[in-house]
Amino acid sequence: MNSERRFPETVSGPFEQPPVRFTDREGRDIEIRPYDGSEAEYEALAEMYVEFDPADRAQGIPPGRESRVRTWLDGILADDCYNLIAWDGDTAAGHSTLVPDGDDDYELAIFVLQDYQEAGIGTHLIESLLGYGHSEGINCVWLTVERWNHAAVSLYEKVGFETTGAESFELEMAIRLAEDD
Amino acid sequence: MNVLVGVGSPNASPAAIERTIRRAARVSDELTVAICSPETATDESLEATVTATLDDYDIAASTRHVEGQPGSELVDIAETEGFDEIVLAGGQTSPMGKITIDKTVEFVVLNAHTTVTLVR
Repeated sequence: MNSERRFPETVSGPFEQPPVRFTDREGRDIEIRPYDGSEAEYEALAEMYVEFDPADRAQGIPPGRESRVRTWLDGILADDCYNLIAWDGDTAAGHSTLVPDGDDDYELAIFVLQDYQEAGIGTHLIESLLGYGHSEGINCVWLTVERWNHAAVSLYEKVGFETTGAESFELEMAIRLAEDD
Repeated sequence: MNVLVGVGSPNASPAAIERTIRRAARVSDELTVAICSPETATDESLEATVTATLDDYDIAASTRHVEGQPGSELVDIAETEGFDEIVLAGGQTSPMGKITIDKTVEFVVLNAHTTVTLVR
């Protein structure tokens, strides 16, 4: 999309790799593992996004209506993407995803269902996704975030993202997982 | 109403350009399409998309080419030539599906004294 994108020179990591199991700050046993492509996991994710609080949408995603949620999920759950789901039993509590941008780099996004926010799940979801991406040979990852979303920006900075673009509505942040090939 | 449509955002697809022009035509009495692109190569394909859209939907509009910074040029044209509204494609998305607002759109939204419509 934008081959002029900048990335940090310093390599971040290493990061944990999925599967990851932990007890969150509310005492719930959470397991993060790659999306297995099954209908059951797809439906659990669709359910999570249908329940998603509209106030927590960012830049139009997740979309508001179920039909649009499914169209969107079909795109980001495709074979060339990398997806992790955080499970509380059979409930999808969170989701992180890497989508190829056509320039050998990947766009990252992360979503945590309202009831599961501020419990440490987001940090594990993003770190294990970066570990997963690195193990799959991804060198560089970027994202955009609304500049007022301080909680998200802090989380991204904590794991090693740097601001690489600040001249438009959204901040662009990027991280390097490995040296260029 | 006198409406100025700006096309030429780097990420706008032909479909987005068509949608934007048709949307503007619905509310305008007088329509001007400003083709904004510093590069001649993309300028030609942009112009082809604009011409095809105007022909296909039988829309009467004048077209012109804008050089320099598209955002400030559009705002300046709207102000000095008495346009009532600026219409731009505003639904570009990242690979993830996130809506992204490019620099031209941001400049126009923040600096125009007319109404600005972003078409999705």
